[in-house]
Amino acid sequence: MMENEEPPKERVVKPQEALEGIEAGKGFQERLIHKVTSSELWRSVIRHGSPALRRNRALTVISNFFLHLHPLSIPRRALAFAHTWCMGGITFLLFLVLTVSGVLLMFYYVPEVGRAYEDMKDLQFAVSFGMLMRNLHRWSAHAMVVAVILHMMRVFYSGAYKPPRQFNWVIGVSLLVLTLLLSFTGYLLPWDQLSLWAITVGANMAGATPLVGYQGPFHELLGARVDNDVRFLLLGGTLVGQNALLRFYVLHCIVLPLVAVLGMAIHFWRVRKDGGISKPL
Amino acid sequence: MVAATPVEGTQDRRPMSVGQRLSRRFFAILGLGGLAGVVAAWSAGLVRFLFPRILYEPPMNFVAGDPDAYRSGEVETRWQKDHRVWVVREGEELYALIAQCTHLGCTPTWFADEQLFKCPCHGSNFTRAGDPVAGPAPSPLYRASVQRGMDGQLQVNKAISENRPGPRDAAPFVLRLKSGQRGERSA
Repeated sequence: MMENEEPPKERVVKPQEALEGIEAGKGFQERLIHKVTSSELWRSVIRHGSPALRRNRALTVISNFFLHLHPLSIPRRALAFAHTWCMGGITFLLFLVLTVSGVLLMFYYVPEVGRAYEDMKDLQFAVSFGMLMRNLHRWSAHAMVVAVILHMMRVFYSGAYKPPRQFNWVIGVSLLVLTLLLSFTGYLLPWDQLSLWAITVGANMAGATPLVGYQGPFHELLGARVDNDVRFLLLGGTLVGQNALLRFYVLHCIVLPLVAVLGMAIHFWRVRKDGGISKPL
Repeated sequence: MVAATPVEGTQDRRPMSVGQRLSRRFFAILGLGGLAGVVAAWSAGLVRFLFPRILYEPPMNFVAGDPDAYRSGEVETRWQKDHRVWVVREGEELYALIAQCTHLGCTPTWFADEQLFKCPCHGSNFTRAGDPVAGPAPSPLYRASVQRGMDGQLQVNKAISENRPGPRDAAPFVLRLKSGQRGERSA
């Protein structure tokens, strides 16, 4: 610490004055920090002062987009690992891993029936660290499904679905369905025998939907046929072909992630608005 | 109604004339109704947009060679890869099974030694006639329309299909061959 300009006999130093004293110090490091943090560029991005002060620490959280999602205070007991298993956070972390690794995979993958399988094989054997990226994506996807279900179990067993958090439970179930749909649409993209027949089976289940599926009950009421029903809408055709591959690709990479991000934003925001995470029973 | 009565909820304290009130209400309804109409039209257009009008899928019909060349009692699997059809000849009768499991749509495999079609997905078994004998399949395999073309070749059309016993055993789902043709078993 540098010597202050103030008389040493004055024992009580107000925090703001202490900071000003540091900023006016003679050391090169302090002067450099002062020059940078007092520049217009810095002050246009960072709105708060040094977090040495308690007030500035609060401002740091409030004025930061990423930190402001966090609650202002958390009960100490609610932080216990055994209470949450960190499953919600782990799910979100896996979603971020999947987003980054998925975007990287998109640089080498073309959703075309003649290329998709070859591109997947190239990722495994010809692209540097391609196998790592593909397996990172694949295993994170499996883990995310597991984490989401464990998160749901935790919320259920700790009674965190009870009022006032009922609607956040509903949003959570929607996010669970979105996670499963992301898994389902991603399953087709390797375009091998396993994915082709898995999606054939899955799409035929959609074809058995009442009223709007051509094999479902009451399908004749609305005139559902193989070339106009909900399965046709999903596949973009009467069989799993080029249109189905392209549709699943767009759903997997664009539509479902965007909807999931929106759902997660509401989900996290409501955790705060409904009084933070539930306390241990 | 008196013209001087202020409308409830309005910020403006000045009394409005009937004409003014009608005018506001009219434009509110017109605006919201128009917006709803535009949204509905765009939504309907979006749904229709997602149903393709042209499909670049394999054709439903194909020519499957000389019908008399098929051997009685055998299941011909050479059309399976490209057309998803098995051609079966039983004595004088010939029919074409669509190689699509009636459970959830996988392609079964013909096992000649067991005389069964077996589906790899969930284990459904079908006889040579297409009837389910094991597994979750709820109904027999479909038979495609089979006809002899002008040139004498076998024409298979999957767009016309039938799997109910009775209708499936008659034309156009069964083609009757003339006796004494080549390919028939001599015994």
